[in-house]
Amino acid sequence: MDSARALADARTWAPHVLPQMRRLGVDSVPIALFIATFTGIVLALLSKYIFTGAVPMYFVGALVGKTIMMELGPVLTGLALAGRVGANIAAEVGTMRVTEQVDALETLAYNPNSYLVVPRVLAGVLMFPVVTALAVAIGVTAGWITAINLLDLSTLEFVKGLRLFYRFKDIWFGLLKAASFGAAVTLAGCLMGLATRGGAEGVGRNTTRAVVIGCEAILVLDAFWALVLL
Amino acid sequence: MIRFTDVHKAFGPKVVLAGMTLDIPAGQTTVIIGFSGSGKSVALKHIVGLIEPDAGQVEVDGQVVHDLAPDALSLLRAGIGYVFQFAALFDSMTVGDNIRLGLRRHGLDPDEVATRVRESLHLVDLDEAEARYPAELSGGMRKRVGIARAIALRPRYILYDEPTTGLDPVTSAVIDELMVRARRELGVTGVVVTHDMRSAYTVGDRIAMLYQGRIRQVGTIEEIRQTDDPVVRNFIEGRPFDPDRLPAAEARA
Repeated sequence: MDSARALADARTWAPHVLPQMRRLGVDSVPIALFIATFTGIVLALLSKYIFTGAVPMYFVGALVGKTIMMELGPVLTGLALAGRVGANIAAEVGTMRVTEQVDALETLAYNPNSYLVVPRVLAGVLMFPVVTALAVAIGVTAGWITAINLLDLSTLEFVKGLRLFYRFKDIWFGLLKAASFGAAVTLAGCLMGLATRGGAEGVGRNTTRAVVIGCEAILVLDAFWALVLL
Repeated sequence: MIRFTDVHKAFGPKVVLAGMTLDIPAGQTTVIIGFSGSGKSVALKHIVGLIEPDAGQVEVDGQVVHDLAPDALSLLRAGIGYVFQFAALFDSMTVGDNIRLGLRRHGLDPDEVATRVRESLHLVDLDEAEARYPAELSGGMRKRVGIARAIALRPRYILYDEPTTGLDPVTSAVIDELMVRARRELGVTGVVVTHDMRSAYTVGDRIAMLYQGRIRQVGTIEEIRQTDDPVVRNFIEGRPFDPDRLPAAEARA
């Protein structure tokens, strides 16, 4: 009921969505790309180790592409952002709670859910897929560069493997998962922040909880989407 | 008028309010005194609906606060300024934006908002602080900004939670003077929660002592100064005492 009312109060949350998208999404791009780069490199090397002598080497492209688009891109990006974004939100909102800034918002006739929760969750839902898409692109590129430089594969062979089992669903499946991870991570951060009690110790405790809950939610949602959509 | 009627509130096993009943008349400043942890701030938060009573009710101008629908509660809050113990300024915003936030909520046009920000900062002698951040201000200045934020809304009531706690005597006197000025110049009804008796005598028209979850005594400054209630007398004179050693009749809760 309160969530519906908070969502309906667009005059309060709308001005804060873009700044939150920059904070939660744009500022998270470097860490996501760092992880994706090394994931692409390792996947390419790993596939060579697995396929040598048994499977044609152009399957390296298939394994790198499929795995990064559908699983490792969204999940590793989600887990990295659960740490960065979830902790950031929980610590910020938790500090606002224990210093009575959340109470001050209420006395100024703002609904804290409209002012604090809705813009962060919307920013998470919108930006996690964007960051994930970038991570997927960089991961596949890193796999391709590794393949042509270290695995004696040509670009044509890598692309042939990449297109072999490709379906459009691979992309939207990954991005849909990323959006749900964004909702879970930001919601965990906000709710743990608002539930904070007891000063600095409470902020630390609930920040840790927010990260743990965000990571757990990502793994559960990952299994859920695989069961429902594959 | 604000009316507490047999208000009970507990947090887990800890009973904070145990039948608090008090009338706070309009146009005056009522000071609620009591020991640390006696529930003064909890009582104050009931007035704006930040806390709901377990039993009993709090009325503001005849409206039962915890029965109000969200929109009606917002409307009620628009008429009540709240000055928090540690100011509770939004640290990511400038002083000016802290004050503007509440004003924008009520749909005032930008010129009116700018005027009110200027006027309220002038009233607390912080004309130059509009562009500064809370982290750049002293404790006393933060409290003055908190008062400016409350005043800017032109409220009917201002609630002050421990306004002089943690301040040096000179800065405390400045805050006291601001509270007196707010009542005199703006005509607002004040409710002040404090255990600082010098401040209570300076700003209050009436004093109520909260003890063991109930109002122990309420009266004018003179009545409180001349009280023969041992609990109130020991408190206002700052003398240590053990409630368990009071005669049974005097220890009435």
